[in-house]
Amino acid sequence: MKLLKGGRVVDPVNGRNGVFDVLIDGDRIVKVGRDLPVDTGTMVVEIPSAFVVCPGLIDIHVHLREPGQEHKETVATGAAAAVAGGFTAIACMPNTDPVNDNAGVTQYILKKAAEANLARVYPIGAVSRGQKGEQLADIAELTEAGCVALTDDGRPVATALLMRRALEYASMFNVPVIDHCEDQTLKGEGVAHEGYQASALGLRGIPGEAESIMALRDISLAELTGGVVHIAHMSARQTLDAVRYGKSRGARVTCEVTPHHFVLTDDMLASPEPYDTNVKMNPPLREAADRDAMVQGLADGSVDVVATDHAPHHYDEKRVEFDRAPFGITGLETAVSLCLDRLVHAGTISIVRLVELLSVNPARILRLSGGSLSEGAPADVTILAPDLQVTVSVARMRSKSRNTPFDGWSLRGGVAATIVGGRTVYVNEEAGSWAQGLGLRA
Amino acid sequence: MTKDLLAISDLSGEEITLILDTAEAMREIGERPIKKVPTLRGKTVVNLFYEPSTRTRTSFEIAEKRLSADTLNVAVSMSSVLKGETLADTAMNIEAMAPDMIVLRHPSSGAGHLLARLCRSRIINAGDGMHEHPTQALLDAFTIREHKGRIEGLKITIVGDLLHSRVLRSNIALLTKLGADVCVCGPRTLIPVGLDRHGVTVSTAVDEAVAGADVIMMLRIQQERMHGAFFPSAREYFNTFGMTVARIARARPDVIIMHPGPMNRGVEIASDVADGPYSVILEQVANGVAVRMAVLYLLAGGAEASD
Repeated sequence: MKLLKGGRVVDPVNGRNGVFDVLIDGDRIVKVGRDLPVDTGTMVVEIPSAFVVCPGLIDIHVHLREPGQEHKETVATGAAAAVAGGFTAIACMPNTDPVNDNAGVTQYILKKAAEANLARVYPIGAVSRGQKGEQLADIAELTEAGCVALTDDGRPVATALLMRRALEYASMFNVPVIDHCEDQTLKGEGVAHEGYQASALGLRGIPGEAESIMALRDISLAELTGGVVHIAHMSARQTLDAVRYGKSRGARVTCEVTPHHFVLTDDMLASPEPYDTNVKMNPPLREAADRDAMVQGLADGSVDVVATDHAPHHYDEKRVEFDRAPFGITGLETAVSLCLDRLVHAGTISIVRLVELLSVNPARILRLSGGSLSEGAPADVTILAPDLQVTVSVARMRSKSRNTPFDGWSLRGGVAATIVGGRTVYVNEEAGSWAQGLGLRA
Repeated sequence: MTKDLLAISDLSGEEITLILDTAEAMREIGERPIKKVPTLRGKTVVNLFYEPSTRTRTSFEIAEKRLSADTLNVAVSMSSVLKGETLADTAMNIEAMAPDMIVLRHPSSGAGHLLARLCRSRIINAGDGMHEHPTQALLDAFTIREHKGRIEGLKITIVGDLLHSRVLRSNIALLTKLGADVCVCGPRTLIPVGLDRHGVTVSTAVDEAVAGADVIMMLRIQQERMHGAFFPSAREYFNTFGMTVARIARARPDVIIMHPGPMNRGVEIASDVADGPYSVILEQVANGVAVRMAVLYLLAGGAEASD
């Protein structure tokens, strides 16, 4: 048995926010309370009082690239990046090669995840066969094999009819449809947010409405069908308004925002490095008004989840002309520091709300077992060092890819340790020697 | 001068004036019986063109040869790029042969920035996608100055496809920096977001836009934009925005008409305007050589580089 002692426990589901002891037996949390008695044979881990002990963080929007593009990331390297970023569980997108539209691919991913034995990996299946938007994938088979949600992420479901049927059909299996909202005709050949910067740099623009139009469509379809839609990586203020509208009407809609969309703006296209392909992602970085709207949505509760849209790409693939570069940046190993620095220390949200955004709500939306430190729950625990000074360094990252615009950034707040199923899978040595008692076991 | 010339914003107002003044001297070389000086002898210049170009490539090549540089033309078709080498690899291979300068024409905005990050050679942007074409703006300014004696205070009206034009972006940057009163005009579907934040007046009414203009600059309408997506037809475009003798009558009596070429006669400009007394279109082409000689000379280090 292992006793985490002296840290500040933040467990919104159980209403805890203060110094508590957490007793772990094997892979389960068995007791949470003040000054728990210590039996002989129990290993006591003294947690610095400035550290936060919270339910394991869950990133519900990750691209693992395996099978098919293992040069960018594998399930194992992605899972290693996840635990180094404080995530005890990740949900991975189906746009692999082949697409995860059948149980064979799902089982393959789960097998690789079991071999890696780091973060829990929850596959997300395709909505349509081959993500082609023509006919539904074998959704019963996918959910049976372990898929926790459905999406054609990266290739939005173009027709309202297929989306309607997907919402209806998926509701039989109690899984949400995760919606990459993008009207392809309005996006055209766009590569950056349609605004001053893209115009000045001669880059084809994507207006915010390309996102919000489809969000409005699918929120309406959620109302029509009673289905559950989760709006992925929201970037435009108009989309947030659409979600608020849907929620106010009782539609079953939730949404997520990525760290880059609440931290960065399209000014990054021009400076510090003009045409830096590591600021090319989809949806694109938008204007200050959009970024500020995302921050506001995080603060007022309109936004349910922070997810990373971790999208690794090989450096060769990014070292090309801006309009030829693939969309996407990595995110697993920078998310916690960006959240702590830019949201919590900035005074926008409390640490309790942060745990809701990164753990409680992701677990609730995907119906996963985590999200709380309840007695009897799996011992998935993240220990945060909210005041740790962190310098982002791609050279030290565990992801196979290094495509991040945050390299060299100095941020306040980081991950101290990550525990999955009672097993310590990551310890940040820069957070001090306190963690030796956790006994890192690879 | 900066290492590279990627955009007009790389240049100060003084540097622009220096280039234009230097171009005056360079033009004189082109008027000699033997049109060659040893200024860039022993320097290697690679003209790396990923888009077909007659005017710009020829202009650079003549400029380089008049300065005695060793020049090499590399024409790459984008279709071969799609199955072959990346721009980065091509650039690093050329770089390995130690040229002094690379003149790059490329269909992607910012391609020159990528090259500049990878190469020690000086990079001159000869047109990158929809971004900039700085030597075109410099030769336009040279031509305007020659006719009007100044840039500052002139009303300069630019009409055409404002959305896709790299010539427009370079000209706005240069002309506003030198104090011109710039008015841009085109159909609403071809006006980029935020254009009004660049210190120009934006109009969709061509008759108002040309009223009182000292200079009218027409921009090319690409063939692929003529079929319905941005405006209904070439005929309607010509009727609504085309430069005709009747429209020019609203400008100042000494107005000059410019076009960066290649022209679509009867689409953005009437033939009797293109060939008429106000047209300086061929002078622009002639001045291009002198201006590019000035840019090559100054980027190579000016007086320090010549022997």
